[in-house]
Amino acid sequence: MKRLGKEQYTIMGAGSIFAVLAVLLVMLGNPLNMGFCIACFYRDIAGALSLHSAAVVQYVRPEIIGLFLGASAMALLRKEHKSRGGSSPLTRFVISFFVMIGALVFLGCPFRMLLRIGGGDLNAVVALLGFASGVVAGSILLNKGFSLGRSYTQGKVEGSLPTVIAIILLAVLLFLPALLKFSTSGPGSMHAPILISLAAGAVVGLLAQRTRFCMAGGIRDIFLFRDPTLLLGSAAVIVVALVLNVATGTFKLGFAGQPVAHTDWLWNFLGMGLVGYGSTLLGGCPLRQTILAAEGNTDSAMSVLGMVAGAAFAHNFGLASSGAGATLGGKVAVVVGFALLTLIALLVIRKNNK
Amino acid sequence: MQSIDIDARGLSCPQPVIETKKVLDKKPDAVTVQVDNVSAKENVSRYAKAAGYQVTIEGTEYGWALELSKA
Repeated sequence: MKRLGKEQYTIMGAGSIFAVLAVLLVMLGNPLNMGFCIACFYRDIAGALSLHSAAVVQYVRPEIIGLFLGASAMALLRKEHKSRGGSSPLTRFVISFFVMIGALVFLGCPFRMLLRIGGGDLNAVVALLGFASGVVAGSILLNKGFSLGRSYTQGKVEGSLPTVIAIILLAVLLFLPALLKFSTSGPGSMHAPILISLAAGAVVGLLAQRTRFCMAGGIRDIFLFRDPTLLLGSAAVIVVALVLNVATGTFKLGFAGQPVAHTDWLWNFLGMGLVGYGSTLLGGCPLRQTILAAEGNTDSAMSVLGMVAGAAFAHNFGLASSGAGATLGGKVAVVVGFALLTLIALLVIRKNNK
Repeated sequence: MQSIDIDARGLSCPQPVIETKKVLDKKPDAVTVQVDNVSAKENVSRYAKAAGYQVTIEGTEYGWALELSKA
């Protein structure tokens, strides 16, 4: 192990701030262990836009809009905002679609998985094992030559659109909320005040852009390069969330009765396994895809759209789990996801190695 | 002194690092890696330094050329 330098301390600092903000958002109204959940928040946004009709998960989460604004601002400030795209956009859409299915079978993205572990939810520890296995499987494919190809410079309009769309969504939320659906019960009805959520999202966006924070990347870099930098960020999230949850009395150790969670261990393992697998093929977890999209990467913007579409399908076709456990449809979709992603990867590798 | 050129432009991480690792594993004296995004620049530099190479970064019209040489 290398000694810790500035880069490592910076990312641990960022992870700690993420955890503090997440716990704060829960205290101010977000669902438990859901201060941040990129997958859940896209799912809620899909619901608010009537892309699915699950009444309990409909809300335009200002945290997501904040992520776009914060990451865009930081990228502009550091002259890193670049319009790029053209690296297998449709393949990325499909992979992201199944990343979302996996996340909704588990009930959380990698970010929420860390927060759930920090809240004492042992189901998330099982999910972490699955996630890590998925990342390792994806990394092996990367090593064997899997690549989604090069991206190319695009016009300014193309790369600015993701953030412009986020701003339009914010304007609708603030000034035309009648166009949107708002849950009156369930997780979608639980949220911190809009401006606080927006600001918290912006801070995470700024720092995640600066540090290139990524949960799938953390495990991948250890496995491929023995580089612990990114993983230290994720570790900081767990440790700080754990301490704060204990301090505020929301820590509850165990499997049963955890908030917005189920105890189907096999499907927690496989659901998050699919997230790790797909995220590694994409080059980053849902948070990282969001940040890249905000930086002008339209391939990642396609990933975001894939996740939104995946969330809509997950609820329209009963694939998403509930507190009662995974559904039959969800289990089938996870297996199909593994098969399809593996098929895509093998075909790409065969072509690349020719 | 042999010099190897890696064109990692347009590739997103971790691929530039994987390509670099594959070449550095053969212990060449000098390698040039061309990258066009900041994360690739930082990640390749970090990996090369950890593998015992000196890194000199030069700005180019498309991004950066990283000159890696045995420390």
